[in-house]
Amino acid sequence: MSTEFDVERIRKDFPVLSRELPGGRPLVYLDSGNSSQKPTQVIEVMREHLASHYANVGRAMHVLGAESTEAYEAARDKVATFVGAPDRDEIVFTKNASEALNLVAYAFGNPINEDPRFVMGPGDEIVISEMEHHSNIVPWQLLARRTGATLRWFSVTDEGRLDLSNLDELVTERTKIVSIAHQSNVLGTVNPVARVLARVRQVGALMMLDASQSVPHKPVDVAALGVDFLAFTGHKAVGPSGIGVLWARGELLSAMPPFMGGGEMIEAVWMDRSTYAPAPHKFEAGTPPIVEAIGLGAAVEYLSSIGVDAIAGHERELTRYALEALGEVPGLKVIGPRDLQDRGGTVSFTLEGIHPHDVGQILDDEFGVAVRVGHHCARPLHLRFGIPATTRASFYLYNTPAEIDALVRGLHHVRKVFA
Amino acid sequence: MIAESMYQELILEHYKHPQGRGLRDPFDNEVHHVNPTCGDEITMRVKVGEGGKVEDVSYDGQGCSISQAAASVLHELATGSTVEETLSVVEEFTRLMQGRGKVEPDEEILGDAVAFAGVAKFPARVKCALLAWMAYKDAVVRSA
Repeated sequence: MSTEFDVERIRKDFPVLSRELPGGRPLVYLDSGNSSQKPTQVIEVMREHLASHYANVGRAMHVLGAESTEAYEAARDKVATFVGAPDRDEIVFTKNASEALNLVAYAFGNPINEDPRFVMGPGDEIVISEMEHHSNIVPWQLLARRTGATLRWFSVTDEGRLDLSNLDELVTERTKIVSIAHQSNVLGTVNPVARVLARVRQVGALMMLDASQSVPHKPVDVAALGVDFLAFTGHKAVGPSGIGVLWARGELLSAMPPFMGGGEMIEAVWMDRSTYAPAPHKFEAGTPPIVEAIGLGAAVEYLSSIGVDAIAGHERELTRYALEALGEVPGLKVIGPRDLQDRGGTVSFTLEGIHPHDVGQILDDEFGVAVRVGHHCARPLHLRFGIPATTRASFYLYNTPAEIDALVRGLHHVRKVFA
Repeated sequence: MIAESMYQELILEHYKHPQGRGLRDPFDNEVHHVNPTCGDEITMRVKVGEGGKVEDVSYDGQGCSISQAAASVLHELATGSTVEETLSVVEEFTRLMQGRGKVEPDEEILGDAVAFAGVAKFPARVKCALLAWMAYKDAVVRSA
């Protein structure tokens, strides 16, 4: 595992990284927090499946059906191994992380779910945080509106850390579920799961992690984390879009009602009622994203072959380099932790007097530097910092210090244009 | 490259030194428009006097250089003209912005606003340029 991290070799796995942009600009892709690029190993597995093995899964009684089902279920095994799930049946394939979060929210306050842990009404509380992506805010707002429960949230400190000073007042016997980001998609902050979870257990609530920004970038072991639910998405982890994952403790999945009804999620159907298949199929109504799931299986295999520890180490070096280099751009303010402690490779910033849309436009158009600008689906967090938008650079296994140099050169030019 | 042509000197000048910025009295109508995708927003007041003459267009807001400069240019063009005249400029400006860079702008009608021609090639930025102009149209229509 201690072999040299060969970023140039890794870059060759990603065909898009060698393309030229219009005008002969090289591509500098610093937007992996938004969506990552795909290696040949994933593209080929998906192509091969479509070309030679494709059929519907779980219901076709022929060779292709068997091969397709086998590949689809093998992807589930790979994902289960990748996140340390104690049981493969605890991996539910969804469309994306948003669906996984909505699926869990839907299990609460649901008249067909009588498990006391999921019963929710006025007086009960849901706890999230101010640094959440909209996909970990809106499903809980909807739940609160459906049930009359109260939505509460952790604040964020000026340094971009979760404010735990009122942990005991916020998470109480009234709390049914706490759902927070494992790693912030704007600040890069990695949240102290163990501290929050200890309190959650004290009060007998459940805990969910939005791990969309952590699973692709660092070792995540659901058993070691000890939470109840965890959501992430394939497309940020060198896999395709259209496939996400919900991991949940098996006995909770058994207690939860189906999210969507349809084909393959049933055991038996009568005209007036149905019984349901056990998890995970109970939550996978209809023909699933077959090739996408298989692509995700290939993606996590690819990440494992590189070593997720090694990827985390590489990103850590990039982040160290970026924080230093960006610190020398006049008028630049990093929104989020400025040290490497509990922090991932996502750096958001403002440039004094220049709107992020102008920053992003010039970076892209003159330097081929792709960053994300705007509120990154985390508007409340931006409101908290009193800014409408930020520019965000996010790093992955294929990025290099030279690309951060290109970003910094671009930012100096942006300042010149708007001086 | 292409963006260079979008950030015309005139646009940067208006962004750095916005004309007529700040909300003023008296006014007939005030509107607030936002661009939900990028968070740009503008509050605009319009005062129309005798003979449909636009006496003042005042505004405040936040956003990128394109959206802010567009408001400043609009203030200059609209103030002192008749509502009817300004609406034909709004129409021509909208046609230019929605033309995907393929519309030949009518400089006679547009005046300084012709500087925004380059923005039309960037679909994501067209709504920045149009924010203030749509707010103006909305305010004027409500005043009528």
